[in-house]
Amino acid sequence: MTQAEIKLCSLLLQEHFGEIVEKIGVHLIRTGSQPLRVIAHDTGTSLDQVKKALCVLIQHNLVIYQVHKRGVVEYEAQCSRVLRMLRYPRYIYTAKTLYSDTGELIVEELLLNGKMTMSAVVKKVADRLTETMEDGKTMDYAEVSNTFVRLADTHFVQRCPFVPATENSDPGPPPPAPTLVINEKDMYLVPKLSLIGKGKRRRSSDEDATGEPKAKRPKHTADNKEPIPDDGIYWQANLDRFHQHFRDQGIVSAVANRMDQTSSEIVRTMLRMSEITTPSNAPFTQPLSSNEIFRSLPVGYNISKQVLDQYLTLLADDPLEFVGKSGDSGGGMYVINLHKALGSLATATLESVVQERFGSRCARIFRLVLQKKHLEQKQVEDFAMIPAKEAKDMLYKMLSENFISLQEIPKTPDHAPSRTFYLYTVNILSAARMLLHRCYKSIANLIERRQFETKENKRLLEKSQRVEAIIASMQATGAEEAQLQEIEEMITAPERQQLETLKRNVNKSINRM
Amino acid sequence: MNEMHLWADLPPQLLQDWPGELTNGKLWEADLERHRLEEDQQISSWLRLGLRVGEGQQVFLIGSLNTQAPSTMASRGGGRGRGRGQLTFNMEAVGIGKGDALPPPTLQPSPLFPPLEFRPVPLPSGEEGEYVLALKQELRGAMRQLPYFIRPAVPKRDVERYSDKYQMSGPLDNAIDWNPDWRRLPRELKIRVRKLQKERTTILLPKRPPKTTEDKEETIQKLETLEKKEEEVTSEEDEEKEEEEEKEEEEEEEYDEEEHEEETDYIMSYFDNGEDFGGDSDDNMDEAIY
Repeated sequence: MTQAEIKLCSLLLQEHFGEIVEKIGVHLIRTGSQPLRVIAHDTGTSLDQVKKALCVLIQHNLVIYQVHKRGVVEYEAQCSRVLRMLRYPRYIYTAKTLYSDTGELIVEELLLNGKMTMSAVVKKVADRLTETMEDGKTMDYAEVSNTFVRLADTHFVQRCPFVPATENSDPGPPPPAPTLVINEKDMYLVPKLSLIGKGKRRRSSDEDATGEPKAKRPKHTADNKEPIPDDGIYWQANLDRFHQHFRDQGIVSAVANRMDQTSSEIVRTMLRMSEITTPSNAPFTQPLSSNEIFRSLPVGYNISKQVLDQYLTLLADDPLEFVGKSGDSGGGMYVINLHKALGSLATATLESVVQERFGSRCARIFRLVLQKKHLEQKQVEDFAMIPAKEAKDMLYKMLSENFISLQEIPKTPDHAPSRTFYLYTVNILSAARMLLHRCYKSIANLIERRQFETKENKRLLEKSQRVEAIIASMQATGAEEAQLQEIEEMITAPERQQLETLKRNVNKSINRM
Repeated sequence: MNEMHLWADLPPQLLQDWPGELTNGKLWEADLERHRLEEDQQISSWLRLGLRVGEGQQVFLIGSLNTQAPSTMASRGGGRGRGRGQLTFNMEAVGIGKGDALPPPTLQPSPLFPPLEFRPVPLPSGEEGEYVLALKQELRGAMRQLPYFIRPAVPKRDVERYSDKYQMSGPLDNAIDWNPDWRRLPRELKIRVRKLQKERTTILLPKRPPKTTEDKEETIQKLETLEKKEEEVTSEEDEEKEEEEEKEEEEEEEYDEEEHEEETDYIMSYFDNGEDFGGDSDDNMDEAIY
């Protein structure tokens, strides 16, 4: 992984899991697969700390282990998975839009805890929801289970690989590490649980306040003594499905921007129909006939068959080639060209970045070179209708930032510079990768800046917290306006302004991430 | 054409001085460079006129285009000028015309925060943006509270204090706060702590670190059975039930605390030495995650 990505991983791990886990994780990312003792020796941490850190990392699917010969277990970190931690808020928000608060909390619990059993998730989510509801109402487990089942059916959560149930026939010592297997069909199979119960509200009277020896609370009522029905079946969030969803969203919004709402709805229907059937990295979806699409359109849309056909023809003829026609049976078979669509989206992003960074004239040159593939210096000036000096300047600016590259075409076998063509071209794949790398770098910078800002203003933040706490408690006990005013004035005006600036800056940096 | 080999062998060198700036007439390399450029220009003009150079023919211009000449001149100069002034790319093709003012040489690294020409795009605002922002902050705060956040051990103080004995060492160093499913993890990751307790079967679970006061526990137990209240007795009884690990751990924890409390007459917060107040910078930040 590149240095910038490693730095970002280290910052993320440190924020979320602490210094020890960060040290171990970064070491594993840098050096690849290593056994336990080597990690402890190389990082200089004690064996126990390394064990703890590895447990945490494995729990969160950031590190996998493998048994090698002679019983040595090696641990390998997955850098790309660590980078996905940046997207957690987005996954949670997506779950909220699709399955409302219950789905949001389920996904949040699964992401924060790595893997959990279904019963544990349901219980926790029900408790959390109950707390936010009004007094007297509680959340039923059944409702949460239903949402969970729906999430599993649409593949947003999946089962983790599990230990195969082997009979105890081998007399030898158990293997040093279990080999986890998962069957494709079982991945989304929800176990038959009868979870009956309601969420419990955490009441403050239950908590023991003082340290006086009191009669022990009746701990661990019956349900803890029972064996958990789905013991060993763990669930995790299926990140690939979320990515697929983002991709679909991107395509639909692109179509909506380019054409109109109805065509975007049609494309959304087509994508929804091929959600489960098409693997996520296929170049195009399964062919869908126009009749099927007509039947599956959402209920609100009552467009006639001819109109639908017209829309489909329009979409298929569009130069962007999001939709392609693959046959004529069933009223016309249409596919969505996923790879082409993603390529166009990437190109559009590149264009917009060039425009925002360098100006619209540069963007014109960039689009020109994109369109014509290879152009000489002179041709660029002519086609773009920009004077030579400026065109040169802009081209070099973009060249220095690696948006545009030079292609050499020699006239003579010895590549003499005076007898070689130099053509400007855009290599979309490499430019996109460069942009992604730059994004990672800027995120790392933003995190550092935010930490710096919070550290600088720690005193002020603490003071404002205390004041808020005081105000809240006084409001709870019914204080007068004057007193509240007085307390608020504890923070002077310039301090308040400083606080505001700080909040704004920190929010900005979080927002940009 | 065998003189082509000479050109191919010469390594491309970075041109350090643009001819426009350097030529003060004193350096002969600069003269050479100017010469060569003039020759290039003449060739191109000739080519444009349609003059053809046939194979095997060599065109000798005034001032000698002969490829031998520059190298001999260079070798006379001790090889200094050799390859100097030769560009790896054709100046015209890339767009630098003759006599164009070239940008000044860079003598220092580029500034750290160069002024932006264009303002950045505004941040996402509106309901969705606000919600995602709040969500991000909340997540960061929540992650710190989870047991997965492993804090490094508090470093030992220089001098042992009396109150240390009565302070709970918090998240115990060589154990995990949560119970992973040990069946799924390699066996070597289990942290075992030796127990001095009697009749404890070797259950491979993270255990509390051995406390040296445990021997004392048992003796005090026996001596002060009558004085202890009922919950102490139940805890003792419970401890002898070794099957229920979770119960054990929790009650053991409480037992220890009460045990400590029994040894002294003060409540635990008496021994709070004020270290935590304002010193736990990490923990305080948890409440205001920006």
